[in-house]
Amino acid sequence: MIALVWLIPAFPLAAFLIAGLFGRRWLGHWTGVIASAAVGLSALLSIGVFLEVLGGKEQTVVPLYRWIGVGDFSVNVAALIDPLSAVMLLVVTVVSFLIFVYSNGYMADDEGFYRFFAWLSLFVFAMLILVMADNYLLMFVGWEGVGLCSYLLIGFWFERPEPYLAAKKAFVMNRIGDWGYTIGIITIFLVFNSMNFLDVFHRLDQSAPAQNVMTIICLALFFGATGKSAQLPLYSWLPDAMEGPTPVSALIHAATMVTSGVYLVARSMPLFVAAGSSLEVVGVVGAITAIFAATIALVQFDIKRVMAYSTVSQLGYMFLALGVGAPVAAIFHLATHAFFKALLFLGSGSVIHGLGGEQDMRKMGGLRRRMPVTFWTMLVAGGALAALPPLAGFWSKDEVVTAAFVNGHAVLYAIGIITALLTAFYVTRALWMTFYGEPRDQHLFDHAHESPTVMTLPLILLGVGTVALGIAIGFPPEQGFIHRFLGPVVEAAGVVEHAPELATILLLAAVSVAAGVVGIAIGVLMYVRHRPDPAAVARAAGPLYRLLVNKYYIDELYDHRIVEAARAIAGASWAFDIHIIDGLANRLGWALAMGGQGLRRLQTGIVGNYALTIMAGLLLMLVAYGGYAAGIFGR
Amino acid sequence: MTVPLGAYIAVSAGLFFIGCAGVLVRRNAVVILMCVELMLNAANLALVAFSRRFGAVDQRGSVFVIFVFVIAAAEVAVGLAIVLSAYRNRPVIDVDEIHQMKG
Repeated sequence: MIALVWLIPAFPLAAFLIAGLFGRRWLGHWTGVIASAAVGLSALLSIGVFLEVLGGKEQTVVPLYRWIGVGDFSVNVAALIDPLSAVMLLVVTVVSFLIFVYSNGYMADDEGFYRFFAWLSLFVFAMLILVMADNYLLMFVGWEGVGLCSYLLIGFWFERPEPYLAAKKAFVMNRIGDWGYTIGIITIFLVFNSMNFLDVFHRLDQSAPAQNVMTIICLALFFGATGKSAQLPLYSWLPDAMEGPTPVSALIHAATMVTSGVYLVARSMPLFVAAGSSLEVVGVVGAITAIFAATIALVQFDIKRVMAYSTVSQLGYMFLALGVGAPVAAIFHLATHAFFKALLFLGSGSVIHGLGGEQDMRKMGGLRRRMPVTFWTMLVAGGALAALPPLAGFWSKDEVVTAAFVNGHAVLYAIGIITALLTAFYVTRALWMTFYGEPRDQHLFDHAHESPTVMTLPLILLGVGTVALGIAIGFPPEQGFIHRFLGPVVEAAGVVEHAPELATILLLAAVSVAAGVVGIAIGVLMYVRHRPDPAAVARAAGPLYRLLVNKYYIDELYDHRIVEAARAIAGASWAFDIHIIDGLANRLGWALAMGGQGLRRLQTGIVGNYALTIMAGLLLMLVAYGGYAAGIFGR
Repeated sequence: MTVPLGAYIAVSAGLFFIGCAGVLVRRNAVVILMCVELMLNAANLALVAFSRRFGAVDQRGSVFVIFVFVIAAAEVAVGLAIVLSAYRNRPVIDVDEIHQMKG
């Protein structure tokens, strides 16, 4: 099965070509069926590959062809299949398949139906290249590919200004991150003379370069990761990316693309371990992002924006785990988060679909009677996000904070617990405002309806995953299946896993659950009992509340400090180009044209004139020669 | 009795300037071609005269004359062809009338 691994990205690529070339004229609604089937086949193959890796094939390189060969430097288009990439393949294809099925219902009435599936298939292809690549350069191809598809899909409804502005913002911010990634891989090439993961890690073992070089490489790569994975300081594109269709938000901006930064750091773990202090940076940035985004999510009213800030926050948890030296916990949380956050987004999409496009939670309420399936599945996902046992989020988030505690990062642990409390609060708030209470907009409520089966079935399947995944691969804590499976990769990277004692695990789990329960309790008190009333709290908090509603004014800060400066530089460059560079070229051309106009008059077309000129020239030459020979002009 | 070299040169110069004046003054394209021919033959005359005078030292003057014959034949062929095609285009052979190719 591993030998067939290149078929996994081939199916989505074929689906992209078919949907893009024939979707509009001939296939109509079959486009979605074909694309879903293609991704389904990829998912089946991924399961096969996963089982084979599980069966003992710990590391296989499947070359496709030689891409670049210069001297002793070569880059192959080759797949590296090990437990880490097998997990990623499985998560990406399975979640993609469910979201593809869902999209058949969600996008059914959109006239860009075929275009949507073409871009979405291209995205899956690029994402698979990203996780399969056996070198940094091929990974970069996938990295840029997912960025491009993200841009195309955020701006899917480009007739309105907000989506295309959001798409532009996402693309530019991703490009800023890509600059870091590029610096990272160029430095890796200069230091190790290779871009292949295995070669680089092997050479690192043999002769480690200077510490500061390693720090540059790791920080540059991590800067790239902050762009893709929406961490501080490059996070602000992700909330705006919610302008895209909801399945896109679920697939690209929650489950897969935004986790590629986590995957990059996990894949480069040997480099980060060798570069000591840069792991601290990763952990601190992750923790700050986690709590920062969670506080913003407390006060948002757009249901998708709450989920977007929640995603930023949960990605922060993953980087926190990486930073404290627990890549297994990070990948575990990545996998469970892919399921429950995709479910939350698809559930939000189902609500939005049922309400005919309304996203403001202040106009919802009481919807649980109208949309029972959506309600129950979102309740499960919300519980997982709030880390309630035995749902998936509990097991993975608990491992993240436990790792922070056990590895001696008390402050990061505290931030993780506080963030867990905030998370439980905002998810309670969001679910209550949407599904409970009295309908706040009777007209919308009357027209609300449950989504068709093609949309609810993926919700149910993701719900099953959300319930079962954590306990299936994460039990018993710290020694679950995921640890045994990813163990070889982590050990090879030089990470030492500290398995804490059972008493510690139970105590820490109790603290996490308590934080979640307290958060939910506060949410219920405020929104169900109105003690205290949310509006009163907002008034009392005054400036703090306004700070949160305005998202810490980060967008304004970027606009005033960076975007305007960039605009000014661009304007000056433009003026220089127009007036100096173009001016010079144009003046030169003008002078030559004028000279030509003058000389043109010499060519009269009258043969006699030409003959006379020839004769005159001949005479002049004779006189000059004769004069010279006679010595008139001196010797 | 031998004719002095100066006499040959004088005749040659005379022929050359007659031809030259013809080229400059006449407007009939065929006549212009004939005048060019006259100039070429003036040059030929000078060449054979010098060749005969200094033949013991150098015979290349005579050889050059053969070249000029060939070139003159080629020149007439091309020139007449141009005149003919110009005439087909517009039924005039007055060179002052043919000035459509001016810049």
